Amino acid sequence: MNRPDEFTSVESVACPDCDLLQQIPPLAPGDRARCPRCRHVLASAPRDPLDLPLALTLAAAIFLIIAQTIPLMNLSVLGLTASTTIIGGVLEMWQTGEPVTAMVVAFCAVIAPTLYTLFMLVVLLAARRPPAPHWVGELLRWAQSVQPWSMNEVMMLGILVALIKIASLATVDPGIGMVAVGALVVLYPAIMVSFDPRVIWQRVEWVDGDLPPDARGLARMERPS
Amino acid sequence: MSAGDLSAAAAGLVSCETCSLLTQPVHPNHPGHCPRCGAELESRRPRSIQTTWALVIAAAICYIPANLLPVMNTTTLGSTEPDTIIGGVVFLYTSGSWPLALIVLIASVMVPIGKLIALAYLLVTVQRGVKGGERERTRLYRMVEIIGRWSMLDVFVDTFTVALVQLSPLMSVEPGMGVLFFAAVVVLTMIAVETFDPRLIWDAAARQQDPRQETKP
Repeated sequence: MNRPDEFTSVESVACPDCDLLQQIPPLAPGDRARCPRCRHVLASAPRDPLDLPLALTLAAAIFLIIAQTIPLMNLSVLGLTASTTIIGGVLEMWQTGEPVTAMVVAFCAVIAPTLYTLFMLVVLLAARRPPAPHWVGELLRWAQSVQPWSMNEVMMLGILVALIKIASLATVDPGIGMVAVGALVVLYPAIMVSFDPRVIWQRVEWVDGDLPPDARGLARMERPS
Repeated sequence: MSAGDLSAAAAGLVSCETCSLLTQPVHPNHPGHCPRCGAELESRRPRSIQTTWALVIAAAICYIPANLLPVMNTTTLGSTEPDTIIGGVVFLYTSGSWPLALIVLIASVMVPIGKLIALAYLLVTVQRGVKGGERERTRLYRMVEIIGRWSMLDVFVDTFTVALVQLSPLMSVEPGMGVLFFAAVVVLTMIAVETFDPRLIWDAAARQQDPRQETKP
């Protein structure tokens, strides 16, 4: 069994993409370790493993609220006006007879980004004081499984295409909500680049009741007796 | 087999898919749970090939109505006009925005079909135990994983067009059945990517080097 003694120690792993057994050497901040056989990125050593992703996630949470509540675009033609939010689009899809598609859109545009942001916030806050309780790992797992379904960048492009399509028929103005969606398109990849889940796993209490070896060291450092 | 090319499965170890902890399982066929995160341990994703095939075939079937049925019905002053995915691309092209037409064509037509062909190719080569090109096939798998989400583009385009263009009696847009099948193709292929286990690509090469070692897919 492999238990890293500290964050910078050598860690034995199997590559998740090709199962090659190997050791991740101690990484300098900013370094990344790739599998020599299939080039999968096995680990990275972010310069600021907890604070930077937390700051980015907080910013994402704020922009997410704006993106979800303020209209994305306004349309006017011959005195008639209309505007829509993300949830408005989902509701319209539901009411015009496509409830299943509406649910898919709701999941990819509202539910998945919200859950991902929420779980990451809790994980990053709880991991600040090791040892983090076991449920933090559970939340991290959920965050990672909803992450592929959070599609802000695809939605952004979808809105732009819709805008251009409609622009030939009516006057369309992008709203504040659109700016917030644009911010999310930048923030979510930034969270993922600045964050390595290994940092959390080395701070989480093991299911079998053991404290993570790393956390014991950290706890000693933070609370000198 | 050279020590440098030893896989975890060959060494009798299991890597946790959730937290990547490497452990010695209690029993090779029933590895139990990860001592760190509690996730169920599995040397390879269970029934990976069968499940992925089922999802790929289901997605391929949905791909036909997704392209034939209208994704939107535009009603202008009483007359209704259906709009398919290809129709949308043609509309963008003729209205002068060919870069967008190209993006929609790639995301809605080429990416879904490319994804289905790529997954079928990966499944067939794994089932036949093809050796060689492992790195390229793994790269193909990762490409499918990254690009796949972009085919959701048309679903978003339709949703926001429907949401905005509600100016009855002048003009209104309603979603068509095509968008449901199209969303189904994207969702099914995204799940298929998650059920496929890329480690199976490398198992054939390991078997060739050591015929005694059998890694069950």
